[in-house]
Amino acid sequence: MGSLSIKALVRRLCIYFLTIWVSATVIFCIPRLAPGDPIAAMISRMSQQAGYVENSDKIIEGWRKRFGLDDTPMTQYVRYLRNLLRFDMGYSMAFFPTTVSSMVKRALPWTLGLLFVSIIVTFLLGNFLGALLAWRRTPSVVKMTIPVTMIFTSIPSFLAAIFLLYVFAFRLHLFPLRGAYGRGLQPELSWEFISSVIYHGILPVSSIVLVSFGYWALGMRGMMITVEGEDYMHLAQAKGLNPFYTLYRYMVRNAILPQVTALAISLGTMVGGQILVEYIFSYPGMGTLIFTAIRNQDFNVIQGTSFILIVTTATAVLVIDLIYPFIDPRISYANSSIEKGH
Amino acid sequence: MSLSPSLEPGPSTPKMGRLNRWDTPWLNWKFLSGMSIIGLIVLIGICGRLFWNMDLVYVASSPLNLPPVGFENRRGQEGTWEHPLGTENRGCDMLALMVIGAPNSLYVGILAASLGLSVGVIFGFMAGFIGNWVDDLIRLISDTTMTIPSLLVLIIIQALIPQVSLTLMACLLALFAWPAPTRLIRAQVLSMRESGYVQMARLSGASVFRLMFGEIMPNLLPYLAASFIGSSAGAILAAVGLEGLGLGPQRVPTLGRTIYLALESSALLRNMWWWWGLPTLVLAIIFIGLFLINLGLDEIANPRLRRASG
Amino acid sequence: MLDQNQKPVVLEVEGLRVYYETPAGDVLAVNGVDFQLYQGETLGLVGESGCGKSTAAMGVLQLVVPPGRIVSGQVLLDGQNLLDLSERELRKLRWAKLSLIPQGAMNSLNPTMKVNRQIQDVINAHLDRTSKQEIRDRILELLQMVGLPERVYHMYPHQLSGGMKQRVCIAMAIALSPQVIIADESTSALDVVVQRVVAQTLLRVKEALGVSMIMIGHDMGLMAQMVDRIAVMYAGKIVEIALVKDIFDQPAHPYSQLLIESVPSLKEHKPLKVTEGITHDPRHPPPGCIFQLRCPLVMDQCRQQEPVSQEVRPGQWVACHAYQSSEADQ
Repeated sequence: MGSLSIKALVRRLCIYFLTIWVSATVIFCIPRLAPGDPIAAMISRMSQQAGYVENSDKIIEGWRKRFGLDDTPMTQYVRYLRNLLRFDMGYSMAFFPTTVSSMVKRALPWTLGLLFVSIIVTFLLGNFLGALLAWRRTPSVVKMTIPVTMIFTSIPSFLAAIFLLYVFAFRLHLFPLRGAYGRGLQPELSWEFISSVIYHGILPVSSIVLVSFGYWALGMRGMMITVEGEDYMHLAQAKGLNPFYTLYRYMVRNAILPQVTALAISLGTMVGGQILVEYIFSYPGMGTLIFTAIRNQDFNVIQGTSFILIVTTATAVLVIDLIYPFIDPRISYANSSIEKGH
Repeated sequence: MSLSPSLEPGPSTPKMGRLNRWDTPWLNWKFLSGMSIIGLIVLIGICGRLFWNMDLVYVASSPLNLPPVGFENRRGQEGTWEHPLGTENRGCDMLALMVIGAPNSLYVGILAASLGLSVGVIFGFMAGFIGNWVDDLIRLISDTTMTIPSLLVLIIIQALIPQVSLTLMACLLALFAWPAPTRLIRAQVLSMRESGYVQMARLSGASVFRLMFGEIMPNLLPYLAASFIGSSAGAILAAVGLEGLGLGPQRVPTLGRTIYLALESSALLRNMWWWWGLPTLVLAIIFIGLFLINLGLDEIANPRLRRASG
Repeated sequence: MLDQNQKPVVLEVEGLRVYYETPAGDVLAVNGVDFQLYQGETLGLVGESGCGKSTAAMGVLQLVVPPGRIVSGQVLLDGQNLLDLSERELRKLRWAKLSLIPQGAMNSLNPTMKVNRQIQDVINAHLDRTSKQEIRDRILELLQMVGLPERVYHMYPHQLSGGMKQRVCIAMAIALSPQVIIADESTSALDVVVQRVVAQTLLRVKEALGVSMIMIGHDMGLMAQMVDRIAVMYAGKIVEIALVKDIFDQPAHPYSQLLIESVPSLKEHKPLKVTEGITHDPRHPPPGCIFQLRCPLVMDQCRQQEPVSQEVRPGQWVACHAYQSSEADQ
């Protein structure tokens, strides 16, 4: 269709880069605002926990070099941003020669995969059930049953993860206790590997879906009820259309639009929830990486992983926002000038 | 639902929730049962201290790894009434942990939500009423903050500050609790500003202050309440998440930290289900309570939902 | 069934009652409405807001939604009682025989569908096996009939002005050449100039197709130009029904008289008449005549006995004791 609305697009891109820049700056500032010398404190904590820190002088050296602690804060800041642009986030302190970016590179695909699947399942299931809840023709048995399935809604996903892990993995031995694929398998494009990944993914995905689909169902129900009161629904009924067609093309089609906006808003929370779920299942994603880093006081990894996750989330939100005009003709990028005439 | 607003006879259904209606919408079973659940948790937090020895939360105050009454642990020990909910591996009494931990979680949530909501009300009204660049700026900041996964920033902060108090943690959580209420209140203020009765009040020369607190605020009440509950739940969620990762207050017993310690000590594999299960259950009850309150408030604020469910 | 002009009756409504359920009791929105619609005629249904005229139309269309419900009555279209039909039969009949030009044209089009798809929907739903080319031609023809340019075909509702949306609704209403069209305050949301132009389009299309139409509105001036007969509604009942000329020349019912007097005129400056009195509680109409609280001619009889509709002049039916008593005297 027509030309892009430049102003909206620029504003949206501004928010995107602002988010990333603000996050990067906050991450830069926090260690400097923290009381005392954080690096020395960290090293001493590490030696307290581990007794002896391997390569500790190298770490301190690397750290000092990385932040150029003798330079002015401004120089440090500019260098820091330049490094970030090159995805150079320094070295892991616990596993010294390993770079943070290589660790992130290994973990990110797992997190993205899990996140993608659980969001899609949650969104589709929730909206489907919500539409059924609001539809007049849904059998009352179904309408009574759906709220019962929403009993876990609002519970933190990692609590649900512990519960599912205990019942289905520990007690019933139906699913594996940990990991993303079976032991002794190598990541490859084979049926054996893929099926193992799916098998290992069921519990993590379920624990996210179980606690969040209810929100979408309730939101969808509310939107459906609003749409049902619209004049065009009234006319659709007068038109004598097939009720399933009306449900899909008139009700759901319009009610889902605010839900997509809500999806963009809730992504941040979902990412946070998933980090914890990964940690419960020892899933080799960013969550487990962060948790291990917290335990090892590996601040570089915490910083780097968090930054990449923030960028990932912001990008996902941006993508949803940019796609949105294609599903809502009113917010279309096309020239939406009103036709004059009678 | 209705044919059209002008046609509907009898008590018309205004789009905003009005409080002075023929049925008292606050008598909503979801709202009331949610309130009862949260009230019960608070009550246990207050009265539990009177009836149970709180010194039992200290490490080594009780025998180790005892199961709740009526169960047996792996070593064949049976639960005793001295520790009805069992103990964990450092010798802390689970009941005492729950009695102290549950109100702590609520305290963090409510404090963070209060701070967030206060900022949200101020910013929301400013954005809605002043408009122009103020609105643009506030929207920009809140939209930006909203897309940042707050848990990650909190992780970074708390990884560097090992000792946080509950209050400090609540303040940190509040940093991310204000955008949602701001957004909501801004939208409501904007729509109400255009509505007939506020326009009328404006024409009759009411001051902005009177407009805000006399005309708009009362109608925002259900939304503010819902926003408050939502923020509380969000803050508790983040707090429990941080505690579950081993961050947050280390000296104060919290439910999240109890779960963290249980997971760290392989309570799952040692089949000490009470250790992680009890705090999980209490948290689940808190969240379900808050959720029910919010569902109720939703129906109170939106008569259409009420009619559809009733 | 034929009237004095030998025109067949296409739609007959008898004793229609539609109530709205409220916790304080049922609101009697439509409380016993009878009328007939003849082939090719336009019947105006007028009355103040809240008198139940739109609800009556929804009752005819079988589109009353909860908390409203049809309590009793008959709606005979082609001799078929719509209240007896199954949902499937009703769905088949809707739009094909009985279509609607809705009240809120601004929001009556699905915002996420292009104009052509929305018109196509009704064709697909009711006509079997129509080729894409045929449908396309038909839609373009319809757009042309209501005076819309071809480009509207590919447009979304938000790209159209209010008048254009209303024309799309008219095009949609005539897409299947129905027997009866109900136009529910179709033009009242538009500004006056657009209103007239759209109304003329509506009339022209109606004449061309020879359909019968029920026009609901409160603008007596517009009604006078557009309709053949007028039915005046008050508090859920039709108090008078007559040819448009008769009702303007000699309004019989006191309420009709008030309505006619309220039509502003350029020729004379008359003070706007404000109807004294209050309206009754729509849940509990008083015994006797429904207009008694506001009627300037109220008599004792009005408070006891409900007036029955009687023909005071050929084709002019009135439900008022003022006429009944005079007849009783004769």
